[in-house]
Amino acid sequence: MIGKREIDNFSWGLIAVIFLLGIVSTSTIYSALAGDPSGAGAGFALKQAIWYCAGFVAMLFISLFNYRILEKWGYAVFMACLLMLVAVLLFGKLVAGSRRWLDLGVFALQPSEFAKIGAIIVLAKYYSISMTVQGYNMRDLFAPVLLMLCPFVLILVQPDLGTALLIGFISISITLFVKVEKKTLIISVLCGIVVVISAWFFLLKEYQKQRIMTFLNPEHDPLGSGYHVIQSKIAIGSGMLFGKGYLKGTQSHLSFLPEQHTDFIFSVFTEEWGFVGAVTLLVLYMILIAIGLNIANNSRDHFGTVLCIGVLSMIFWQVFINVGMIMGLLPVVGVPLPLISYGGSSVLTTLIGCGIILNVGMRRFSNS
Amino acid sequence: MVNLLRGPDSDWFKNRINRAMLVVVLGFLILMSRLFYLQIAEGDNFRKLSENNCIRKRTVTSPRGIVYDRNGIQLVDNRPSFDLQIIPQDARPVDSTIQKLSDYLGIPVEEFRAPLEKSKGSPSYKPVVLKKDIGWDLMSAVEVKGFDLPGIQVAVKQRRFYMEESVASHLLGYIGEVSQAELDNESLSEYKSGDSIGKAGIEKSFEKILRGKRGEELVEVNAAGMVVKVINSREAGPGDNVYLAIDVNLQKRAEALLAGKAASLVAMDISTGQILVMASSPSYDQNLFIGGISGPEWKNLVTNPLRPLENKVIQAEYPPASTYKIITAMAGLEEGVVDRNTSFFCGGQLKHGDRYFRCWKKGGHGQVDVIDAMAESCDVYFYHVGQRLGVDRIAWYAKAAGLGQLTGIDLDHEEKGLIPSSIWKRQKKKVPWHSGETLSISIGQGYDLTTPIQMLGVIAAVGNGGVRLRPHLLKMVKAPDGEVVYESKPEIIGHLPVSQANLQIIKDGLFEVVNTKRGTASIARLPDATMYGKTGTAQVIGRKGDGPERFADDQKPHAWFVAFAEKEGKPGIALSVMVEHGEHGSSGAAPIARDIIRLYFDGEGEDSPNTNDKSVDGNIESPELLIF
Repeated sequence: MIGKREIDNFSWGLIAVIFLLGIVSTSTIYSALAGDPSGAGAGFALKQAIWYCAGFVAMLFISLFNYRILEKWGYAVFMACLLMLVAVLLFGKLVAGSRRWLDLGVFALQPSEFAKIGAIIVLAKYYSISMTVQGYNMRDLFAPVLLMLCPFVLILVQPDLGTALLIGFISISITLFVKVEKKTLIISVLCGIVVVISAWFFLLKEYQKQRIMTFLNPEHDPLGSGYHVIQSKIAIGSGMLFGKGYLKGTQSHLSFLPEQHTDFIFSVFTEEWGFVGAVTLLVLYMILIAIGLNIANNSRDHFGTVLCIGVLSMIFWQVFINVGMIMGLLPVVGVPLPLISYGGSSVLTTLIGCGIILNVGMRRFSNS
Repeated sequence: MVNLLRGPDSDWFKNRINRAMLVVVLGFLILMSRLFYLQIAEGDNFRKLSENNCIRKRTVTSPRGIVYDRNGIQLVDNRPSFDLQIIPQDARPVDSTIQKLSDYLGIPVEEFRAPLEKSKGSPSYKPVVLKKDIGWDLMSAVEVKGFDLPGIQVAVKQRRFYMEESVASHLLGYIGEVSQAELDNESLSEYKSGDSIGKAGIEKSFEKILRGKRGEELVEVNAAGMVVKVINSREAGPGDNVYLAIDVNLQKRAEALLAGKAASLVAMDISTGQILVMASSPSYDQNLFIGGISGPEWKNLVTNPLRPLENKVIQAEYPPASTYKIITAMAGLEEGVVDRNTSFFCGGQLKHGDRYFRCWKKGGHGQVDVIDAMAESCDVYFYHVGQRLGVDRIAWYAKAAGLGQLTGIDLDHEEKGLIPSSIWKRQKKKVPWHSGETLSISIGQGYDLTTPIQMLGVIAAVGNGGVRLRPHLLKMVKAPDGEVVYESKPEIIGHLPVSQANLQIIKDGLFEVVNTKRGTASIARLPDATMYGKTGTAQVIGRKGDGPERFADDQKPHAWFVAFAEKEGKPGIALSVMVEHGEHGSSGAAPIARDIIRLYFDGEGEDSPNTNDKSVDGNIESPELLIF
């Protein structure tokens, strides 16, 4: 399975970036919770490190097998993800009004995270079989849209708007990448507008509408969801050029920030490391994506290329939405910062995705 | 390979990947320029805000809705009260701050330690209440020394205040701090720890109406936690005001009449179902609950044998005794086992099998028809009717009249009572029904259990022509601006299972109970109002032998009286009075009802005659079901 050629083509650069992000993640989680009198900081950082190790093992494990078996098993993987999503709705743990976690005793899994990978594999399979130069028309897109609606709706009813939208973003990115007919594109955009408008009136919960309203007009609800963004902006802004120093962030330690170790972790990091740190972190992500795109470019088949594009779009959109949201550029939706935010399922999913990219890179020349 | 053959060529694909990279770079440039704006361009401002640390969200409690009686007399109010708070983060070092506070106020430091200890683990910018409801003197002492007490503040809170201690307490209930169990309840998700919530009575039933909307303020504070400016606020919205159907004058009189007894009185407007009086004795002072009740005070309440915390109107279950004869008569007449003219001979007892069932009147009532039997509460007559009906037919009528089931009044924790049937006994007691038990049932003894409000429902329906109305306490809801947002309407929940002709017979019997010399409640007669009623005397212990009727106080029978009265110009009123160990329905309960009715119709009432004075009337009914 692994020969000299595979090892030669192993992307050590990708591993290095992931390693650096892992250090940033655990140290920032520790810092974010250091002010907590219960001493939870160390515990959470340690747990995150353990998840990182588990993710690393999963990543290496996935690069052992030729990624093309994913094409064969694509529908099975996707079905398994859908079943997990149904299970979470039936037996999921209710946390703050949402059912997102499956309690497995020792730890809890968030199936919606894994559904992203399932969606990427299924789309890659579908598109690589039927690639066209002139682009897809309406009829070609019917099946993928139907497929993607399943996880989208199942996640939306949890309710988890952020992850559901992300599935949408990933699917659209992949589809645009493989090219859509111009006419189809225009009609789709128009349909999209209709869907968004009707979703606003019939689908979105009041608090979700409020978050979007808050984004469009920050003065709308400074006491509710706007409060978090105000505090987050103060934390980020007060970091200035070089930051306040590690463990010296005042905003985040005083628990002004909500969920400072999960969705708002970038504020904690940026308050302590300043503009220099934040840009460095963003550059790390850019390097990761660039390495990935290079692998996609050199892939020996379309399935591999589209797989890479899917995983990379997942990482890109999460970074863009998460960082944009906590800087007040985008509405507040629950999207973790990949590989940095605290959370086992998220780390595991992203590292599994990276494993797929590694796998494609390793087998750029192999025939079996 | 295969894929390459059926797809476009690689150059085309390269082009797509370059475009993807372009999108990514563009995205990151947007993020970086935002970072630049926040951290470099506006960094100074944000740094200042964060150093003062800075913007906080404070909740402003909303005044709870006011409760009035039907005539607009205020029963409950809010008063401002002052809580001494500390914000640990601003008070650093906390230990020396609370030491100083303790010196200034003369309160031992230990008193402040406990709440601080309890709050460990919550964010240090969150205020911790050190002492609730401090007086003006302490408050001004804190204000004067404010400069020396960083992080110490006085928060103004709205506290509930019950205008007249102990009046209608069971009905009004009380509020308290929301419990962990309530916080975990999804339907109460808008409550935060520390909020107040209705715990009992109408404070609980009408919580949603009374609560109002929490206000919030976004404030900028300085390093000592002082508010520098209010950035934004959402005003607290007061709760809606509730007008109860209760007439507080009647209520007070009723409570005075019941004072010192374990007893209850409930009265209803028979045309609307509005509850005019709901008194349960003994009462308790709800103001005790406001700041959190103390251990000994609570123990006193729960161990008191007269059960002050119980709302006896809806929660206490008693054998209905002779008041149940209304049901037996109804069943007998409707089923055709007796008619107006059917009479039986009462010689003071009836032999059934090998047992004797006695009438309360030792010498017997002689030949009695249904009217006589009601008027004089003859047990033997109803034994006969019961024998002919059987337990299941009686149970059917009782249930159809609303007994043994919830009335649906707008208060929590109502009890159901029990109307036994042969099936019930086979299921619950695993033994068949005994025909002798039917005799006990037909005079409202045995397994029968009803609540005072259920009996009120029966008598009110008799009074208004057979319509069963849902009893309710809420008359009207007004928004804070005075707009009427809800007005209660009569709600019909059923009809008595009786023809108008038979209902008239029952009414005639009930009329005789009060308005003839032989009637068991002739003591309750009123000169200028027409009154109908039925007494009941529920035995507490089985009596042995024939000896003189002398009971220890806690073994005396319970006294029932249910009645309705009419007078031109005012809606009819129905009442249900129950005095535990009141000994006789006629002397123990009926005079109380008479007083309330008089006050209701004429706005005046006399003190009731000594209810223990048996000489008022010769016709004192004794406990029924004396088996030997």
